[in-house]
Amino acid sequence: MSLTRQQIVKVSLLARLRLRDDELDRMTDQLDQVVSYMDLLAEVDTEDVEPMAHAVEQTNVFAEDRELPSLDREAALSNSPKRDEQCYRVPAVLGD
Amino acid sequence: MSDPSYEIVIGLEVHVQLQTATKLFCRCSTRFGAPPNTQTCPVCIGLPGSLPVMNRQAFALALKTAVALNCQIPGFTKWDRKQYYYPDLPKGYQISQFDLPMSQHGYLEINDAKGAFAPKRVGILRAHLEEDAGKSMHDELAGKADSRIDLNRTGTPLLEIVSQPDMRSPQEARAYLTELKLLLTYLGVSDCNMQEGSLRVDANINLHVATSQGTVATPIVEVKNMNSFRAVERAMAFEATRQFDVWKDTRIALGAPGGHKTTRGWDEQAQMTRPQRQKEESSDYRYFPDPDLAPVIVTDQQLDAVRADLGELPAALRTRLQTEWGIDAYDADVIVNQGRAFVDYFLALANISGDAKRASNWMQQDVLRVLNERALTIDLFPVSSTSLAQLLKTVQQGELDTSRARDVFNAMAESGDSMPQAMQSLGIQAVHGDELADLCRELLEANPSVVADVQAGKDKAIGALIGQAKRRNPNANPNQVRQLCLELIREQGSAQE
Ligand SMILES: [Zn+2]
Repeated sequence: MSLTRQQIVKVSLLARLRLRDDELDRMTDQLDQVVSYMDLLAEVDTEDVEPMAHAVEQTNVFAEDRELPSLDREAALSNSPKRDEQCYRVPAVLGD
Repeated sequence: MSDPSYEIVIGLEVHVQLQTATKLFCRCSTRFGAPPNTQTCPVCIGLPGSLPVMNRQAFALALKTAVALNCQIPGFTKWDRKQYYYPDLPKGYQISQFDLPMSQHGYLEINDAKGAFAPKRVGILRAHLEEDAGKSMHDELAGKADSRIDLNRTGTPLLEIVSQPDMRSPQEARAYLTELKLLLTYLGVSDCNMQEGSLRVDANINLHVATSQGTVATPIVEVKNMNSFRAVERAMAFEATRQFDVWKDTRIALGAPGGHKTTRGWDEQAQMTRPQRQKEESSDYRYFPDPDLAPVIVTDQQLDAVRADLGELPAALRTRLQTEWGIDAYDADVIVNQGRAFVDYFLALANISGDAKRASNWMQQDVLRVLNERALTIDLFPVSSTSLAQLLKTVQQGELDTSRARDVFNAMAESGDSMPQAMQSLGIQAVHGDELADLCRELLEANPSVVADVQAGKDKAIGALIGQAKRRNPNANPNQVRQLCLELIREQGSAQE
């Protein structure tokens, strides 16, 4: 399987990345190599292997439902490019 | 009602907030109404290097609900990332469940006690555990230039319950929601407060139109923004009519060009749905397993324990009220739909008074009236079941007529007084049988003409004595006076023979 430039355009849109033409070319090439590697993995016979959902064989990791202190609001908002006293500010969200 | 030439097909997607103290993957509080952005942490605002850990209680509540919805619970479940960009989703993905949800293939039975539709089983496609997003607010003052984002709600545990498209009318849709909410309330897994967003409903609706070429399905419409069950019912009725009109106009069927699924929002003010903009590329969420979260394994023993701990659910309780207490289906429905505490009050009242039918009537008419008038719940009702049972017994024994008893009840509900206290302050006295018999004897002696009339077959003549009895003793029960006088006259008659 190989990736088309068109697919890279779509993926970059989904990832909200604006790529220049030369970047698109480069990404098409690089991602294609990544996907080709998956093709290589796909050649392995997995007929009798249970599909796994996680790389670490660990299950049922829970935390108790007990409140701990949250971040101070100033700290939470401090990295925001735009904010006011209470909230993050973003370009208007339409049609919600 | 609806046009016979089409059938309405409705499926509902309900998001219910689970009642935990903390969020699904971090230990921030889930309290509603806190100042914006005061309940967040690196996990729920998606700072790099933070690690989500599943809330044990959230999973337990979700499991309990899924079991109560008769779902199949797979032994293995995992969480996936659903990717999309929206300002209220700080990580750029929502942790949800995709191909291995924690439960699927359940059902919920719905019924209408007045018979508006036949009882039916609504299939549950799946119920899965996911996190909520934050809230965006539109700042009118800033000239709509910006949206403000509050991430307090981000990461709150939600159970998404997806029904099969099994509902065939707006009434059935509403009944499903009402029954689902009742079940969730009985289970104690959510407060189901729609105003605070603890329960949200989206609906998918289309029509199956009968044509000469067979049945044709119209394009599916997803309806959002419905803020009450009544709004859901109205939105569905509106959509059915609208879709049928569009069908007659365009003849565009589901899947045909122009027949793709669309989204509309319910406008409560205008009582109509309006088209909504679709999220760009919305269908391409590129789910993949969340590598930060460990899958969960559920054993049969665990499921047995959950089942054993479910408690008595509404459907079973309705049946029990009918079989054990002789209450009819409609009354059982009214009582059970008021919630578990109301049922417990009823059971106590029926038990102590020994008269379930009377208890049911008083609960539905008098107790419910006071609760509604004063916007109270039964646990805050000032009259205890023991006190009310005493009043019902007094009525049952004929010592108090219903209208006087109602006065006493109102006084008890007003002041929280016991029955004797309330009667005393109202100047009402229960009239015991002996006392009443003496009164009747006196009246009969004083009114030989009435006795003669009755003996001549004119029972109605007794009416003249009732007014007199009331004047002598305002607490005298008119029915009992009538009864007793008739009996005494008959006794006299047979003694003379
Ligand atoms: Zn947090």
